This record gives sequence, C-alpha cells and structure tokens, in this order.
Amino acid sequence: MTTWFKRLKEGLKKTSSRLSEGITTLITHRKLDDEMLEELEELLISSDLGVATARDLVQKLAKKRYNQNITPEEVREIFAEEIEILLNPCALPLTPKGASKPFVVLVLGVNGAGKTTTIGKLAKQWKDQGYQLSLVAGDTFRAAATEQLEIWAKRANVPLEVAPTKDAAGLVYDALQKAQTRGDDIVMIDTAGRLHNKTLLMEELKKIRRVIQKIDPTAPQATLLVLDATTGQNALTQVKVFQEAVDVSGLIVTKLDGTAKGGVLVAIAQQTGLPIHAIGVGEAIEDLHTFSAKDFAKNLMER
Amino acid sequence: MFDTLTGRLGSIIDRLKGRGALTEADVKAALREVRIALLEADVALPVVKDFIAQVQEKAIGQEVLHSISAGQLVVKIVHDALVEFLGQEVVDIELKASPPVVIMMVGLQGSGKTSMTAKLGNYLAKKQKQKVLLASLDIYRPAAREQLRTLGQQCHIETLPILAEEKPLAIAERALQMARLEGYDVLILDTAGRLHIDQDLMNEVVAVRNLAKPTETILVADAMTGQDAVVIAKEFNEKVGITSIALSRIDGDARGGAALSMRAVTGKPLKLLGTGEKPDQLELFHPDRIATRILGMGDVVSLVEKAMESVDQAEAEKLALQMQKGAFTFEAMESQLLQMNKMGGISSLMGMIPGINKFQDKITQAGVNDSFIQRQIAMIRSMTKQERKDARLINGSRKKRIAMGSGTSVQDVNKLLKQHRDMSDMMKRMQKLGKKGFLRQGLQGLMPHR
Repeated sequence: MTTWFKRLKEGLKKTSSRLSEGITTLITHRKLDDEMLEELEELLISSDLGVATARDLVQKLAKKRYNQNITPEEVREIFAEEIEILLNPCALPLTPKGASKPFVVLVLGVNGAGKTTTIGKLAKQWKDQGYQLSLVAGDTFRAAATEQLEIWAKRANVPLEVAPTKDAAGLVYDALQKAQTRGDDIVMIDTAGRLHNKTLLMEELKKIRRVIQKIDPTAPQATLLVLDATTGQNALTQVKVFQEAVDVSGLIVTKLDGTAKGGVLVAIAQQTGLPIHAIGVGEAIEDLHTFSAKDFAKNLMER
Repeated sequence: MFDTLTGRLGSIIDRLKGRGALTEADVKAALREVRIALLEADVALPVVKDFIAQVQEKAIGQEVLHSISAGQLVVKIVHDALVEFLGQEVVDIELKASPPVVIMMVGLQGSGKTSMTAKLGNYLAKKQKQKVLLASLDIYRPAAREQLRTLGQQCHIETLPILAEEKPLAIAERALQMARLEGYDVLILDTAGRLHIDQDLMNEVVAVRNLAKPTETILVADAMTGQDAVVIAKEFNEKVGITSIALSRIDGDARGGAALSMRAVTGKPLKLLGTGEKPDQLELFHPDRIATRILGMGDVVSLVEKAMESVDQAEAEKLALQMQKGAFTFEAMESQLLQMNKMGGISSLMGMIPGINKFQDKITQAGVNDSFIQRQIAMIRSMTKQERKDARLINGSRKKRIAMGSGTSVQDVNKLLKQHRDMSDMMKRMQKLGKKGFLRQGLQGLMPHR
C-alpha cells in the first residue's frame, strides 16, 4: 500500500503544494476575517471544488474559528478533516461478488476518460485474485477501440468477446450468454465514449442495459462511470446525467497522477453520495488503487 | 447550474434597473456574479481575477442606453471583453513554409489528439486542397497507431505504414522522409498523450520537435478541462513551445472556460474546435461563440445588441418631448409598439431576458404575444387622426368602427383604451422622474395589467 500512497502523493504533490502554498502565503498568524475567508474560498475553487462546495467548507471553517488567530497548518487540517468527513461514506471498494453469476460490470464515460485502460487494469487485478472473467469490446464505434482492449485482454490473460458487426447491444447479449454457459464469475463490458448531452447515444446505452437485464434482471451488478480527474465542473453534470439514464452505481477517477487534483470529486460526493471505488494513477497495469478518503484529503491539503 | 446562474444574474440586473451612468457599486455588484459565472465555467482563478479587474475599469462610468438595464450593459461589456481576450479574429492554420509543412499535435492522454489529427488532415485535404500525410508517434497506448490508420482510411488520407518496435523519433524521421520523397504538402504528427510533469516523455516530444521543426505545434485540450488548464498550457508552452490551441469536445455541455485560461496564460491563438465524433466535425475557432458559452448569457448580449441597433434615437427623443408636454397619444404608443416589433417581437424579447421563464405561463395566459401587438397596431391605424390625438373622442360607435376596420372586437378596443389610459397615467408619474427615467421604463410600461 505504501507504493500507491507515494505515487498518489507524488502525483498530487505539485497541486497540493500550490493549494497549501497559497494557504501559507495567505495566513501567517492572521485573524480569520471575512477577507481571508473569501481568499480561502477562491483557493479551494482553484482546486476544482466548485463554488458551492468551497463556500460550504469555508463556512464550516468560519463556524469553528471566526475572528480567532489561525495558522496555515490549522486551516489545512480543518479543511482536510472536513473533506475526509465528506468523502468517507463514498470510499467503498468494489467487490465483484453478487447473488448470481456472472457479476456484470458495465463501464461508461465520456470520450477519452480512460474506460478501456481502467478495464484492463481491473481485469488484471481480479484475474490475479483468482476470478474467472471475460471482457466484452462494446465500443464498436471508435476506430481501433477493439484492438486496444485486445491488447489489455492479452496483458491480463483473459478472454475477450468481439462483435462481428457494429451492433453493441447484440454483442453484449451473446457475450453474456456465453459467459453464463462458461460459468464466468465476472463479465466486464466496455462501451463507446459518449458525451452525456447526446440523447441518441444515451438511448443506446439504455438499450445495452435493457439487453443485459433480459438475461439477468438483477444485472448489471455494477455500473461504473469513469471520470477524468482533469475535468472541471462539468464532471458534476456528467455524473447526474449518466446516473439518471442508467443508474450509475459507482465512480472510478482516472489520471490522478497529473497536476489536476480531482477536486470536483468533493463536490460530487457532497451532491450525489455515489461510491468512489478506485483511482487511476498511471498507465501501467498495476496503477489502479482503492480510493481512500483520508489519503485523498490529506494529500490535497498537505505540503 | 445554468438556470440558477441566469436567475442570479437576473436578480442583479433587476436591482440595477433604471440608473444613469454605471457607478462603481453597480459594476462591482454585477461583476461579483460574473466572477462566479466564470469560475463555474472552469476559467482559472488567476485569469478570472485579471479579467475582472480589466472589465471593471472599462465599465465604470459607461452611459446606460435607453431600453436596456445597467446589469445588461455590464454583461455586454463583459462579453465584448471576453471576445477581445480570446482573440478577435479567426486565425487559420499556418501553412506558409516550404513543403512538407509539419504540424505536431500534443496534449494529455484522452484529450482527443488522434481524432483532431484526422479532422485537421481531412480539413486541409478537402478545404485547402493539400496533399496530407498522417503519422502517429504513439507507441505507448495500445492500438493508437491503428486508430489513426483507420481514421485516415475513413477520410481517404494517407497514413504512414506502421512498423512494430520503432521509437517515436525514428517514426518521425521516416514520416519526414516519406513526405519529402512523395511530395506531400502537409505532414501531421500525432504524438502520444503525455503528462506535462512526465520529464522523460516531455524530453521525447522536444526531440521530435527539434527534428521535425513543425510550423504549427498544436496543443489539443478537452473543453471539459478544469482549473488545471492553466498549468497544462503553461507547461506545454514552456517545455515544447506551442503555436496554437485546439479545443476538443465542444459538442458537450461544458462551458469551456479552459479556452480562456489557456489563451490568457500562453497568449497563443485558439484555432480549432472539435464539434463531434466524425472526421468532418471540425470548425475554425470563433471567439464570439466561446465567449457566449463561457458567460452563459448570450441572450442578454444579443438583446443589448438588438436594442442598440434598432431603437431609433430620434424617434425616442421625439417621443420624450411629447411626454414632457404631458400628452401620450396613440401615435406615440404606435411608435413604441413598432420599435418592439423591430427588436424581434415580444416573444423574442421575453426569451432573451434571464429569469423570465418563471413568468412565461402568466404571460401566455394574459394573451400577450406577437399577434397581440400586431392587433394593437392595427387598431391604432384604424383610428382617425383626431382620435389618435384625443382618446376621449372614442365613443361606442367609433369603437365599433375601429373594431371593424382592424378586424378585432369592441372588447379588444376597450382593452387597448384601458392600456392607453394606464400608460398615460404612468407617463405622468414618470415625468417627475425626468426624461431619462421614462426612456428606460418605456418598454416595461407596455406590459398590460401588471
């Protein structure tokens, strides 16, 4: 566990130091007055937390320490604490075990979020844990998406179902039947990246879900939305729209090894309470880790 | 989010209604909301601060035009400043160099480089009649080169044949050679997605740049990018040296504040917009469109523009003079109604006012629509000159005649008369406020039964 913590910390370092440096320059044993609160709010916003969440956090700080002397460390500590409290209920790892077999995992997200890479990494982890699983190349739209997943399937050493035509829903139906016959523990379905404001593409996604439910009415056991940590406030809309369309059950946040903080996650947690299962911190197959609220909050605020 | 923002600005606009020149307090109040709007659109904080400071300076002391409110004027000033900030002109891809002209695409993972490469190739081949070669240097992401090959095939553009086990620098060299030997006009190099803090990969792309000496190095960024856009653009610009910016996924519903951040921090022009998943869905960058989108208040902007265009200054002054004499004739009323029509009719005016949505039902119920205005004009035109000057002349039989002449009913004529009375009463009250006060309330006074 130490290695990923270090990686996350390294990834978050640049940004968190920006935020915490900001806090340090702002406060050197000053009284927590309105002006300072406003500046702190701006600092939080510049970490993608959004206006509403930033205000909320600043108000909580004000309630505790308004008009008192305060040090930068104390501010960081209080923010980290509040963020941890917010995120804690959402930190739930995904266990691929359900009442029935196979455990169907549907993976979705906007274009370029990192769906295929995430599936590759998850497949490897579950395979190593001894699960029997198969992958379904449901992105029949993007050029060479299937080839990309094929390479990941090879790396993880798991079978991949590929569509003979462009019909994603048909492929999913066949693949699920085969998986049932084989007695697979897990089936992971990749889908084409789609912007949530494209009605037709969202309808297609609903259709895929309906087809899955024809085979198992309780499936998909997990509907994972993959979010890019670089994304700003639009991530909130993404979560809400996908959730409404296909009942998202949890989130995976990718590209946290950059300088983006994924601060919007705090806002998402506050507004939706959706579980955050894992975070992606690199391109290698082992770079997917369980989400920890404490580490995330601490790293965001730490020097 | 959008609705609440519009609503919020709407209420500010209401509060600012009806004053002379913009005061510092007015401007500050409106800009506070604009600041939040920009932050929610993902414009980076330092950029927002700079920008607001500039706008504040421009806005204070500006004269408020009649028929628009101070708040609306502030929004318009902000919009114009945004356009200026984003670069006012449409800048095309630079092709002035000896062929093959090399274009290099760089950016983070998943920002849309490969799609943008194919789109740009397609645009240059179809619209600019260039002979284009595409080459992918992305040996890291599985099947990335195959993706570009497939896209190239889809739009009939040549791609560099793929050789396994080849390093990016060697691929670039081979691509250059092929482009030279086979007489290509343009070579587009699609590079692997990389984090700006990944020193090894940044060194690699710098080596490719030194070899290929691109005329354009385009940073491709996702329109959904958050506050980090500043860091990304700055790092890519400092380490690789970019010449322009392309924004992908503008067809999503993100407000695209990243565009402003990146432009501000690099000073480089935005040139391309990805507007869909198909190869031909590419547009040259229009600052106007993005400014409107970032601000989320395009309607107010066009309202102000329309008001500026169509409200006839002389007409308005003539009217004001009449008002001062205390006579609100039907002629004056007609000229007001006509001006309203010039501005696109009541429905388009209503649609352009933020926060009006909640009153939409009531307005419809009251029967206020464009044909209502048309009928009123028709009734006024069916009056005699004397009647138009003096409403007291209009008795029962005159009403019948007016109704017949305008194709309306006596009830309609009664309504018109009542409205005229209400308006004259209001005008008399307005007189005490002076000429300016009236002019700004003019349109509002037309609303019946408030």
